[in-house]
Amino acid sequence: MGTTPPEALLICEHCDTVYRRQPLAHGDVARCACCYAVLERHHGLSVNVMLALVLTAMIVFVQANMWPIVTLGLNGQLSGATLWGTIIVMWQQQAQVVAVLAAGTLFFFPLLKMSLLGWLLWFGRLGRRAPGFVPMMVTLHYLQPWTMSEVFVLGALVAIVKAHLYFDVMADPGIYAYAVLTLLITVFAGVDLRQLWELTPEDRA
Amino acid sequence: MSAFPRAAELGLIGCHVCGLVISADMPDPDDAADELACPRCGSALHRRKPYSYMRTWALLIAAFLLYIPANVLPIMRTASLNDIDDNTIISGVVELWVKGSPDLAIIVFTASIVVPMLKFLSLGTLLLSSQRGSGWARPQRAKLYRLVEFIGYWSMLDVFVVALLTALVRFGLLSLVEPLPGVIFFGLTVVLTMLASMSFDPRLIWDGRDSDD
Ligand SMILES: [Zn+2]
Ligand SMILES: [Zn+2]
Repeated sequence: MGTTPPEALLICEHCDTVYRRQPLAHGDVARCACCYAVLERHHGLSVNVMLALVLTAMIVFVQANMWPIVTLGLNGQLSGATLWGTIIVMWQQQAQVVAVLAAGTLFFFPLLKMSLLGWLLWFGRLGRRAPGFVPMMVTLHYLQPWTMSEVFVLGALVAIVKAHLYFDVMADPGIYAYAVLTLLITVFAGVDLRQLWELTPEDRA
Repeated sequence: MSAFPRAAELGLIGCHVCGLVISADMPDPDDAADELACPRCGSALHRRKPYSYMRTWALLIAAFLLYIPANVLPIMRTASLNDIDDNTIISGVVELWVKGSPDLAIIVFTASIVVPMLKFLSLGTLLLSSQRGSGWARPQRAKLYRLVEFIGYWSMLDVFVVALLTALVRFGLLSLVEPLPGVIFFGLTVVLTMLASMSFDPRLIWDGRDSDD
């Protein structure tokens, strides 16, 4: 082992077992033999496809945020809600903690994540490291667990069913945009962003 | 050395952030005066997440303390002309069940009750067994940790439901929904349990292996 350069090695994050990196074929998943955690995943998405997915996600995200999600009717009166309408109402109703959580996990973090990815992939496509590559990659790592759009979609479903007991409920375009966004998030879930470190060569100053 | 070579035994460290493998010849870089930094991403390098046991215990206990008011206090008030009704998490689940959506009732029950309880029990078990250096069911415990990490954020479901209903049901005197303090405690519980599972280092499950291999 002493002669193997560290770059050719891989450490399982879940149990500290050391492996020699094996080239993965299309669609392969390398699992740790000790704890069965996923070590590396080779997904079939090229940089161009990933960039296209991120840009699509951004467009859908804008729509999901602008359009109302659901509208309720009671005796001819209508009441609709958008994501930001929801956040503002929570703030006004003495639930600022919830407003901040929702604004972060449903708006700012997903938006930041998509923008950073778009920026990094745009340059990655040209075989270059984007300006600010390192701090952006670190930020992406910490952002990873804090985006919750898919939970919100399920929450909207539950809210619709609950409201349906007392009101007329109309699903608005926003909910469909959210559904598409969830689909894109699922497609992207299998992508290991760490591969971006190897995709583009380091500029030695 | 056991069948699986471990990074700590070989003098290697993997960066938590970018995954780069670095050979560090220091006996224990966590004790070094200057923190070792990853040459690729600049993050501090540690063999194990620092103060993993202490942080995880503290966050887990804090989360549990907040989980009590989250369940006892009502999370949402529904008011109409002749009736004011305060809902707790459980009464919301019961309402969904009784009014004809048992499948959604099960989803909400899972996200709001089962997942947080599973997190408390699992992380508690992982902490205790790892601190004792136990060799019991290591692969299963490793799997349990990954499950807890994966499902944790779905608990935010009920918080979003309350927020959406509050924004939607705005019919003045006729019908109104307001959030109540329980939902704030619940949101904070979810955040704290997520932080707790992040600060636990799953490698601790496998440490102290030589004693019982
Ligand atoms: Zn492993
Ligand atoms: Zn690094």
